Amino acid sequence: MKIGFFVTCLVDTLRPEIAIASIKLLEDANCDVHVPSQQTCCAQIAFNNGDLETSKSIARNVINVFEPFDYLVAPSGSCLSMIKVHYPELFKDEAKMLERANNLSEKSYEILTFLNDILDIKIKKRFPATVTYHDSCSGLRELGIKSQPRKLLSQIKDLKITEMHEPEVCCGFGGTFCVKYPEISTNIVTEKSNDIKNTGADILVGGDLGCLLNISGRCSRMNIPIKCFHTVELLAGIDDCLPIGKTK
Amino acid sequence: MPNTNTEFKYKAREALKDEQLQQALVGVKQGLVNNRLDAIKVVPEFESFRNDAAAVKQHVLENLDLYLEEFEENAISSGAIVHWAKTAEDARQIILDICKQNNAKNIIKGKSMVSEEIRLNEALKNNGLDVVETDLGEYIVQLADEPPSHIIMPCIHKTLSQITQLFRKNHTDIHKADKNYSVADIVNEAREVMRRKFLSADIGIIGANFLIAETGSIVLVTNEGNGDLCSCLPKTQIITTSIEKVLPTLDDASLLLKVLARSATGQQITSYNTLLTGPKQDNDKDGPEEMHIVLVDNGRSKMLKTELREMLRCIRCGACLNHCPVYGSVGGHAYNSVYPGPMGSILSPAIEGLEKYYDLPNACTLNGRCESVCPVKIPLTKILRHLRNEQFKKRLNNKSTRFSLKLWSFFATRPKLYHRFNSLFINALNIYINILNRCSAIPVFSSWLKSRDFAPSQQKTFQQIWQSRKEND
Repeated sequence: MKIGFFVTCLVDTLRPEIAIASIKLLEDANCDVHVPSQQTCCAQIAFNNGDLETSKSIARNVINVFEPFDYLVAPSGSCLSMIKVHYPELFKDEAKMLERANNLSEKSYEILTFLNDILDIKIKKRFPATVTYHDSCSGLRELGIKSQPRKLLSQIKDLKITEMHEPEVCCGFGGTFCVKYPEISTNIVTEKSNDIKNTGADILVGGDLGCLLNISGRCSRMNIPIKCFHTVELLAGIDDCLPIGKTK
Repeated sequence: MPNTNTEFKYKAREALKDEQLQQALVGVKQGLVNNRLDAIKVVPEFESFRNDAAAVKQHVLENLDLYLEEFEENAISSGAIVHWAKTAEDARQIILDICKQNNAKNIIKGKSMVSEEIRLNEALKNNGLDVVETDLGEYIVQLADEPPSHIIMPCIHKTLSQITQLFRKNHTDIHKADKNYSVADIVNEAREVMRRKFLSADIGIIGANFLIAETGSIVLVTNEGNGDLCSCLPKTQIITTSIEKVLPTLDDASLLLKVLARSATGQQITSYNTLLTGPKQDNDKDGPEEMHIVLVDNGRSKMLKTELREMLRCIRCGACLNHCPVYGSVGGHAYNSVYPGPMGSILSPAIEGLEKYYDLPNACTLNGRCESVCPVKIPLTKILRHLRNEQFKKRLNNKSTRFSLKLWSFFATRPKLYHRFNSLFINALNIYINILNRCSAIPVFSSWLKSRDFAPSQQKTFQQIWQSRKEND
């Protein structure tokens, strides 16, 4: 099965390990993974800032580039939701593009959903740690990602999942929101960080790098000793890489 | 004084520093959220109630003219007088005229967000009338000369000691200055003041939760019973309400009541659910002699023709406020609009203009928790994005945002340049961080680094890593 891997701009620039881990898991499951170099980003920034024309021109590129593949897979709920949910909305008045957007939407999957629901992969790993999972908003509410990451993580031997008091509450990232309203964003992520701290977990896992950068950055500033990883990094067993937001 | 474009940010900053407000907001974030969860847990069919409620409200919006005509006809035959107010100004004038015709001096009011929207209290006061809010929360904010900060919990931002101080200042004849006031003491003292007002009032002004087309009735829900006293004791009764509140039948109201209280306060049903049909009839022992219904449009019929129309399904439960991380951080006053939170971020710009409330549609993380609890399933994030698009088209975003967006789109639509730019960017970022340690000089990073640490993990982009892997294969 031929997979077009949509890297996402944050993963491409700030955390390539997530793409490496995703591709390892896909290849281990005998997928033929391609990373088209013609891809840029999903257009979410333009879309959420009201610039629909730019969004459309980027969306057209994504549709052109990924149409030939059996599946499009991306390591982010919010980027995937842009492609799966919002591309068809963007082209609602252009019949031909709408059909193409709908076709791409149907074969587009967020990585954890794909690994669990389509590939049904088995994880044979042991990793003694206590983790807590943050449900990123777009993935949770627009794509229904909730059980998949937990099911996959629970296959790891000796890994314990402990839930936050409110795992489904936003972390305050919100794309450009965190730069436009930094104080409000900080207040929200502070509450999230305290919720994480109170779980007593060693590791925070999630499915969206934006949220993970936000939370890891805040926890580090608040001296909360938690390591942050994308779920695929734990599943692929890149335990030797540094946690998100840490340098040597 | 900050201008309207920076007002939200300014007020939000102040709110974040206000310790008493922050303490009060915990009650919203935890108390009201948990109450709702407990209330719907025992109703397995709640989700289907939400679907049905959304469908009924949507059906009404698509046939609003018909149901309003039916309501008017039946209200008139029940003996009520129906007034149509196109604008807030019209509504104020209609109500002032009624007061004048009745030689009214003392007015008591039940809680009504429409009356806040049309700024009725100010108009009544300016015309020499004595107006008293009788909902305890509204009464407290009236004493403090503040607008409500939550649509169903007007004084949620106030602590007990702040309220006690207000009472001490205003109830000099009955307040016991040496006493430590409990919540019950506050309620009792307010009751004592209020009873006198109820008995001497010339006119009672209340709002309405629903209007019933088939009977011409008003449905009013309260928890304090004050609405009933306002509507029954004075000789003249005025109901200020808005046109989208109409429902076809009493059965529809029964459905909406099932979702309203559970979503709002987490009650199975509100303490008082009142049905008012016309004024006092010949064989009635008591009741108002005149019933005026003021149907306010104030921009709503315009909204019907736009992408904002689904917002008119709103039944004012406040669940979106309670579940909003931004509202939970800054409270209602930061929004500087009658309606705060997610619903207010749509309604206020819709009623009073996108220019005046630029920040409101933007001050949202688009997390969608609001619409996941909305009892009438309003697609709030979709509408907020639509407003952002309208702002973009009107070029209301600030210059630096537009410039950054333009720069970014330039690269994002040119893959080759985009990848080259990304690798340069990562290299530069690493130099900044590792050698000069001057990340905070970059605009976007400075606001990030004020409260968070940051460190990229690699010196190469994934696309570069992938290219070299392909070359090695």
